Amino acid sequence: MTQALIYALTGAVLFMLGVRATLLRETLLPRLLALNVCGAGVFLIFVSLAYRGDSLPVDPVPHALVLTGLVVAISATALALALNRRLREMADE
Amino acid sequence: MNNPLIWPVAVPLLSALLALLWPRRSTWIGLLGSALSLAAVVLVSRQVIESGAIELALGGWSPGLGIALRADGLSVLMLLMSTLVSMAVAVYASVYFSRSERRSEFWVLWLLLITALHALFLSGDLFNLYVTLELLGLSAVVLACLGGSRESLQAALNYLVLGLLASMAFLIGVALIYAGYGTLDMAALAAAIESGPTAWVALSLMTGGLLIKSALFPLHFWLPPAHSNAPAPVSAVLSALVVKAAVYLILRLWLALFDEVVTQTAALVLGLLGGVAVLWGSWVALQAERLKLMAAYSTVAQVGYLFLFLPLLAALPEGTTRDVALGALVLLALTHGFAKSAFFLAAGVIMQRAGHDRIAELGGTARALPVTAFTLALAGVALIGLPPSGSFLAKWQLLSSVFITGQWIWLPVIAVGTLLAGAYTFRLLGYAFAPGEGVGPSLSVGREEIPAVLLALAATLLLGFWASVVWELVPISAYAGGGG
Repeated sequence: MTQALIYALTGAVLFMLGVRATLLRETLLPRLLALNVCGAGVFLIFVSLAYRGDSLPVDPVPHALVLTGLVVAISATALALALNRRLREMADE
Repeated sequence: MNNPLIWPVAVPLLSALLALLWPRRSTWIGLLGSALSLAAVVLVSRQVIESGAIELALGGWSPGLGIALRADGLSVLMLLMSTLVSMAVAVYASVYFSRSERRSEFWVLWLLLITALHALFLSGDLFNLYVTLELLGLSAVVLACLGGSRESLQAALNYLVLGLLASMAFLIGVALIYAGYGTLDMAALAAAIESGPTAWVALSLMTGGLLIKSALFPLHFWLPPAHSNAPAPVSAVLSALVVKAAVYLILRLWLALFDEVVTQTAALVLGLLGGVAVLWGSWVALQAERLKLMAAYSTVAQVGYLFLFLPLLAALPEGTTRDVALGALVLLALTHGFAKSAFFLAAGVIMQRAGHDRIAELGGTARALPVTAFTLALAGVALIGLPPSGSFLAKWQLLSSVFITGQWIWLPVIAVGTLLAGAYTFRLLGYAFAPGEGVGPSLSVGREEIPAVLLALAATLLLGFWASVVWELVPISAYAGGGG
């Protein structure tokens, strides 16, 4: 088993764990964390895809994709947290 | 500058930035931006109609390394629908948000939503599709909570989390495709993808994600709260356009990219889910107490109809019959886009006038707001599928495809679904046309009533009489060697 394959499989497992927790948890914070675990899994798969053997340089395309994906994931997480805080404030009022 | 493909994306994006920098003039920037986007889409459509599918390599980088924008018959039809609907809704929103403190925020997000939609319909690259899906989802979520109530925030939050999960599933499919074929350019992939485990898993993951976004039963549960609690102009575009974008992507993936992979069984599963969605959505819509909730469940049912076409398309051999069925699918989606946005705008007018949208207390609407009552009736005609609406022609072709393929199972679904749609429409009209004091007296036809009635007329008359344009445009494919 190659190193890249181990990373890719780990990514797939992380993805599935994340999906499970996102769907089953009730409160927002664990769900959001689970979503980020999910994202980490997907990004790990992308990063491992870039490996083309020791003699070749890594493929830059998946790396570029991961960067974009990270930006999206961070913004979406921030938005969810902001919404959640607003909901909390409304509950306190 | 003779390639107009960049303008439908660039115009709303620049207008959004302008609206952000100049909040005091945001309404005018929003209206002007929507109008210019409409002009840009018309420019693109004219070129596609005259000379077939067109492509633009952004920044001069050829596809493979760079990102391509492509327009073919299907994307032009979706673009035209979305830009016409959003223009009408923008006019309505300029009245709806005229005194709101959130006016400038609305217009920035609104223009970003249009940007994302247009980019999605024009995108020729799988990863770009993921980015546009996320942009669309994020701007839709923020728009959905502009109402500011607890319910709308909760619904928007749920919508966000599920939308993110859906995008992750889509993204992992994109990763698998890149691993298997080494490219994300859709034209190259259309030729390269063959049936195999990679293609299968990728297709399932991407479709699964898109099914959440298109709210196909049983993944529809996030839609009714999110759509019914949003401000009226936002509900209109969420139901009419944002859901359609996911359906459009499923069509692209199933019919252009993965056509070698899709099996009859897989199509049948989606068709069955669509059938349940038609029956369940219509049934719940019939029992809904609030007008906007009824409209939202009706969206669940109408999306179901679109999926009924998939097993029929999979069974039909390539050729004219299949093109006719595909055209009918698109026509149904377009008609629903116009009709449902009209419906939500009319519901918004009633809600602002009466202060509520409880169906049982709508007596007197027809006298106080005759134009809006007329809009509801017209939109209802298109939702049921009565002539001369576009959905009548589409359902007619749906039935004839059922006869040709011998898949009789869909016949009772279509019949019962149509009857239920008739029932919930006439139940609403019964209350709206009854005498009563539920809605206060009206002085004149308001500016906010006009866009809704125009949209409803487009669904019933325009698409009914000019439906042939849809059938002429649908076969123009960018993925079958460019043009014709």
